Amino acid sequence: MINLAGRDIAQHFGRFLFTGVGLGLLIGATLTMAGVYRGMVADGRAVIAASGADLWVVQKDTLGPWAEPSSLRDDLQRTLAVLPGVAEVANAAYLTMQVPVHGREVRVMLAGVEPGGLGEPSQLVAGRPLLRSHYEAVADRATGLRVGDTVRIRRHDYAVVGLTQRATSSSGDPMLFIPLKDAQEVQFLKDNDSLLAERARTQANPALNRPGVPGLLDAVLAGQSASRSVNTVLVRVAPGHTVAEVQAAIGRWKHLTAWSREDMEEILVARLIATSARQIGMFLAILAVVSAAIVAFIIYTMTLNKQREIAVLKLIGARDRSIAALVLQQALALGLIGFAVGEGAATLWAPFFPKTVLLTAGDAARGLLATLGVCTLASSLAIRAALRVDPAEAIGG
Amino acid sequence: MSAPASLPGDDVAIRLSGLTKTYGRGSTAVPALRGVDMTVRRGEVIGLVGPSGSGKSTLLKCLGAVIEPTDGRIELAGETIFDGARGGWRIADLRALRRDRIGFIFQAPYLIPFLDVVDNVALLPMLAGVPDAQARSRARELIAALDVGHRSGVRVSQLSGGEQQRVAIARSLINRPPVILADEPTAPLDSTRALAVMRILGEMAQRYGAAIVVVTHDEKIIPTFRRLYRIRDGRTEEEAGEGRPLDADPAPAAIG
Ligand SMILES: Nc1ncnc2c1ncn2[C@@H]1O[C@H](COP(=O)(O)OP(=O)(O)OP(=O)(O)O)[C@@H](O)[C@H]1O
Ligand SMILES: [Mg+2]
Repeated sequence: MINLAGRDIAQHFGRFLFTGVGLGLLIGATLTMAGVYRGMVADGRAVIAASGADLWVVQKDTLGPWAEPSSLRDDLQRTLAVLPGVAEVANAAYLTMQVPVHGREVRVMLAGVEPGGLGEPSQLVAGRPLLRSHYEAVADRATGLRVGDTVRIRRHDYAVVGLTQRATSSSGDPMLFIPLKDAQEVQFLKDNDSLLAERARTQANPALNRPGVPGLLDAVLAGQSASRSVNTVLVRVAPGHTVAEVQAAIGRWKHLTAWSREDMEEILVARLIATSARQIGMFLAILAVVSAAIVAFIIYTMTLNKQREIAVLKLIGARDRSIAALVLQQALALGLIGFAVGEGAATLWAPFFPKTVLLTAGDAARGLLATLGVCTLASSLAIRAALRVDPAEAIGG
Repeated sequence: MSAPASLPGDDVAIRLSGLTKTYGRGSTAVPALRGVDMTVRRGEVIGLVGPSGSGKSTLLKCLGAVIEPTDGRIELAGETIFDGARGGWRIADLRALRRDRIGFIFQAPYLIPFLDVVDNVALLPMLAGVPDAQARSRARELIAALDVGHRSGVRVSQLSGGEQQRVAIARSLINRPPVILADEPTAPLDSTRALAVMRILGEMAQRYGAAIVVVTHDEKIIPTFRRLYRIRDGRTEEEAGEGRPLDADPAPAAIG
């Protein structure tokens, strides 16, 4: 049987394709928006999983180490290491800062990890892991650093020895791993000026500069410039023990809270990226509504433009379903072209986004369903208009 | 010519009695038909002539169930399809009526622009489920008979007005409807082709017993009718025509 929709499309193929491509770019933008959200969550999860830790021990009642500041003494890990059920512990420190890379400032999340311990990136795409406990760095590719580069962080130069991929903070900053001791220095040591000023202030304090107590001032000064703090202690649970039981045991300490991997993901999604996610969600909703409105408008106009043909079809006695099929099939064809173009465009431009854009098959399927749904809905309105066309319109006086 | 009243009932294809049509209402009402009586037998081609604005197109539209008359009665083959005294249309599916029983040839030959000549003509049977090849071959026959066979693969937008008119005529004949309504079918045609169209209509009437009403101003074809209705101010008068034989014309149109 003859397919009227197909014949009409074939006649105006250029125009039809052009409309489909325009629509596709809009659908592509919508799909990309969904991908941006998925990318945010996936990046956060990847960092949590890559650390290899089962528990994050942080300062009591904080959502550390990323969502809220948390400060622990670094000798706490020795106490935790002997707890029943604990297989491995490691200190870690995190801080966001700017570092110069090839002449421009790059915002990174600096991670201080113990070489060979938990918290180290589990997979490298180039180079080797940190081996020495000073002045080496493993950088994420997104920083722009390459193996063999040196990067200056505060007062020292670090040699980049390895590269990771997709290791980013929840806000999308690439990670830069350096030995813990160096990170502690970067994080908790003051810079030269404030150190000198503080030293001068301390020296001027008569209470610390008493005659007859010669070592006192030196001891105080040394205490001020050494750092004994970390942000979190990472814990791996031994086989035969549950994460929950170790978590509960640590939680009994008055000054500590332990978060499991699930807790960390929940903190990530519900707190860290919640506002950005809502922001993206709003934008996604608006974009979807706008796309739907445009699809509906195009299909409606397409049908109105065919009023005369529809009048002729009605005049010569074509059945309603032939006319409805003409409208519906064109709408669906337009939707399919639009979706294909949108999916293709999103896939093409996703790698050029500064943060991960994760296009999932599920989102694509939902997008396809939504597109076809909107097309069907819009064409049902258009069909109602088409069936109201007066066959007398086909006839001249 | 016998008087309409004396026609045997089973031979009457179209009977209009007291048909009226008023466009609009109140102060803007236009009474286009004021009580039309008309009878057309099977196998007959009759002419409907009258000045512009006299209601010819309105009459055909009512007869073709395209617009609703205001009052009166329409019978097709003995079946009352419209009766103003009994609430209007007597059948529910007017579109099926048009599809199965009426062929339209209108002043402006509206064709489907995205189909070629053959498919425009074959459209109805194809939509009704007749195999495409069969519908198209029937369409080609008609197209050849109407002298547009050489244009059959062409898009209708590339046809001249007269060619479009002949394609529209072929389309109206494809289902062999028992009633054919033609509004100025020969207006854009030269006299050879105009007479060829009349011959085809005569052929449809004779071979399939179709009843054909042709609205026309065309001096070339008026002499060919055996019977005419003259319409003036919304009322009809029957008169005898010359009935000049069409075979006298030497045009070499092949009749399928
Ligand atoms: N849709 C309409 N609404 C209102 N008035 C109409 C409408 N169609 C036709 N008329 C009026 O009805 C009268 C008859 O019109 P109709 O089209 O039947 O004339 P006609 O005999 O076909 O004329 P022509 O030879 O010019 O085609 C005219 O006065 C016309 O203005
Ligand atoms: Mg007219």
